[in-house]
Amino acid sequence: MNFQPGKDALKRNFKIVGTRTPRPDGLDKITGRARFGADMTAPGMLWGLILRSPHAHARIKSIDTSSAEAVNGVHAVITAKDFGPCPEDVLDIRENVMAREKALYDGHAVAAVAATSRAAAKQALKLIKVDYEVLPHVTDVDEAMKPSAPIINSKLFTKGLDKTPKKPSNIAERFEFGHGDVEAGLKQADLVIERTFRTEATHQGYIEPHACLASMGSDGRGDIWCCTQGHFMVRQVCSALLGIDASGLRVTASEIGGGFGGKTTVFIEPVALALSLKANHPVKVVMSRSEVLRASGPTSSTSIDVKIGMKKDGTITAGDATLRYQGGAFPGSAVPYGAMAAFACYDLKAVRAVGYDVIANRPKQAAYRAPGAPMAAYAVESVVDELCKELRLDPLDVRLKNASSDGSKASYGPNFDVIGLRATLEAAKAHPHYKTKLGANQGRGVACGFWFNFGGETSVSLNVNADGTIGLSVGTPDIGGSRASIGNMAAEELGVPHDKVRCIIADTASLGYNDVTDGSRVTFASGLAAINAARDAIGKMCERAAGIWGIPVEAVTWEDGTARPSSPNAGKHDPLTLADIAAQAGATGGPIAGHCEINAEGAGVSFATHMVDTEVDPDTGYVKILRYTVFQDAGKAVHPSYVEGQFQGGAVQGIGWALNEEYIYGKDGTLQNAGFLDYRIPVASDLPMIDAVIVEVPNPGHPYGVRGVGETSIVPPLAAISNSVSSAAGVRMTQLPMSPPKVLKALGRI
Amino acid sequence: MFQIQVSTSINGDDTEFSCEADETLLDVLRDRLGMTGSKEGCGTGDCGACSVIVDGRLVCSCLMLGAEAQGCEIETIEGMADGTELHPLQQKFLDHAALQCGVCTPGFLIAAKSLLERNDDPTEEEVRYWLAGNLCRCTGYDKIVRAVLDTAKDMRKPAKTKKAAAKKRVKA
Repeated sequence: MNFQPGKDALKRNFKIVGTRTPRPDGLDKITGRARFGADMTAPGMLWGLILRSPHAHARIKSIDTSSAEAVNGVHAVITAKDFGPCPEDVLDIRENVMAREKALYDGHAVAAVAATSRAAAKQALKLIKVDYEVLPHVTDVDEAMKPSAPIINSKLFTKGLDKTPKKPSNIAERFEFGHGDVEAGLKQADLVIERTFRTEATHQGYIEPHACLASMGSDGRGDIWCCTQGHFMVRQVCSALLGIDASGLRVTASEIGGGFGGKTTVFIEPVALALSLKANHPVKVVMSRSEVLRASGPTSSTSIDVKIGMKKDGTITAGDATLRYQGGAFPGSAVPYGAMAAFACYDLKAVRAVGYDVIANRPKQAAYRAPGAPMAAYAVESVVDELCKELRLDPLDVRLKNASSDGSKASYGPNFDVIGLRATLEAAKAHPHYKTKLGANQGRGVACGFWFNFGGETSVSLNVNADGTIGLSVGTPDIGGSRASIGNMAAEELGVPHDKVRCIIADTASLGYNDVTDGSRVTFASGLAAINAARDAIGKMCERAAGIWGIPVEAVTWEDGTARPSSPNAGKHDPLTLADIAAQAGATGGPIAGHCEINAEGAGVSFATHMVDTEVDPDTGYVKILRYTVFQDAGKAVHPSYVEGQFQGGAVQGIGWALNEEYIYGKDGTLQNAGFLDYRIPVASDLPMIDAVIVEVPNPGHPYGVRGVGETSIVPPLAAISNSVSSAAGVRMTQLPMSPPKVLKALGRI
Repeated sequence: MFQIQVSTSINGDDTEFSCEADETLLDVLRDRLGMTGSKEGCGTGDCGACSVIVDGRLVCSCLMLGAEAQGCEIETIEGMADGTELHPLQQKFLDHAALQCGVCTPGFLIAAKSLLERNDDPTEEEVRYWLAGNLCRCTGYDKIVRAVLDTAKDMRKPAKTKKAAAKKRVKA
């Protein structure tokens, strides 16, 4: 029987959950044995390479591939013509994976080749002649919104307005969230502060570039091996783009070398498949780092106005925000999430957040860890900090005074269930970090962050093997240790040691549909499904025991991995362990398996508070991170080491976003820093240890109280660091990244 | 195209291969020799995922030509464990949960091994600067730095304690 949220009691005493067991994929990953996207080969395999637009915006007048086709070793050359009609919902993806009439950004794919060697493929790429008519371009979000801006898509008319406009623009949609009378609320305030903030586009920066190996036969059957956060999504999109039956395409998820949201869509997989179909050979496509930066999905760059009113006692009377996110050349930026998350930490009587989804000549943005929320939190938490400073109030006390709590109405509509924001703030206040003395040019910043978390469609299969071990198949790629956490939950439920369970990621032909690994959903949803599947198997094992003993199944209970008669009335029978029952499975009715197929709800929202101390060098503008502490609610930390890892990793990605990372475009609209040398992510010598404090406020939507922990950790850092730097520098910072030139400018040094 | 014949030693095994003049050592390892433990994260020497040790020196194998490996002794991640006995760094990476996705892990292990061969008592700062050429996007480096410091501490212990610790260790 599946867990009933709100009805079934939560388990609170654990034997395995909450312990730091060795990870099941650990040995493979420390010995080089683990196979990632680019590590697979196939007999007769060809190398695929993609030709990309050097222009930010250009009409493609013609493409001549004849010379490329003539290169010895070349087996296929494709362009947009090789992709036929497709359903409406994947049209933008088709245009993004291969430009048709126009190249919409620097790096947009225009053609691809497959050849017997990389050298031949490279030579052929150079011989493809593309006749471009260069068009005016726009890459800045505020510029793109102006009526005078070059129009990128003449069929784009702003949605979400009272009246659909007659002229096309680069504004795809307007969103609004909130409740109460904002103007009246602002009037009640003793102090109102209004500021405008800007953030630059950043990239997820996973170390493994996109890679896939596709094999498509003329019989309509194919296979893809690729690094992805969702192999069922890859199957769905690729089969729609190429007109293949879902059952005709089997997708296997390789080990994935980081995703952070950036691998929740496709870029090269349909191209490799189309090349393979045309060449009738398996084709491997691996992106270079510069292709990853130019042509996969970074975040939006944003421009945000925030106005907040506060009383002298710290009560926030109203909050108002306008958020403008450019999401690259196609609609669909994360601005609605940003607008919904902006004020989610506060229990407000009057709140409004308006979002504009804007297109520009940049690669289509993709999800990046709590997509849209870090920028919104940066703007709101900066203004809250400034209000606290002006009114001489403690920033944690003000947040505790206004914090969302159980049952309060969220700024985006629903009422919160049981939440842990206050618990994180209280933990922060009690932590020694908050009492540490600061020196000259040093400052402390705090900020809170929120993320929705997600459940979603999930399918799990649990096989009880004859020797009493367990094979557990899940369909959600493991990007941070989820095989350990899901396997441990199944072991806990069954009452077997953790190393008796082997959790694998099954391919798309072997398991029911699973949504992608996103929304911090995997440990929550696949874990919930694994617990349900274990309960299903336990029910069957109790039936087998009842049969062996000749008593009704109602008279059998399951405890610590063992079936026992539930009372002396049921007769005297020796307990049967899981292994005992498994050994007799053949004689008692055949193999034993548990299943669960659900659309998981009750994910349980997530909150965090971050605290950071920085030192600003007034001569160089360099910002040093001195101390960093994360306080986040995990509901129940299934594997504390990997929960800490999520907290630390998110904080450090936030440090990069706040201090170094940015997409820099030239006047010609081309990306100027498409490499790890110039797009600089944090390295070990930039950082101190990151203290991770796990707070546990159980989520009533999960049998063990689990909440997703993957994303929230990147929401507070931008604001926390900006508040810290503003305090250290004695001037309010309003632009990211706070690179040395920006800091020096703020200090009036340049 | 004309190929160059190269004789080298990889993880103690004599190895011969032929490669193009412009082929990197990383491409040779991965595509010609099937040793895919070394990863390409950037191809420009910025991420360290392809780290190998050549004649005792830590190098990015994406920045070295295959042809330059003639007569060299190369150590890769595939040779780091001694049979079923893990290198102490490998064990500590597991114990400290110093990996998430694991794609940068081979490079970090090779780079850390190279550090400990030079300096058996590094400070936290020395570990951080030595590993600054290796990018990790998942962990924030905290657990990696702890794992390296803890390994160094263990490896400095007298042989007796070392033996006891080895007994405790999970076998590969």
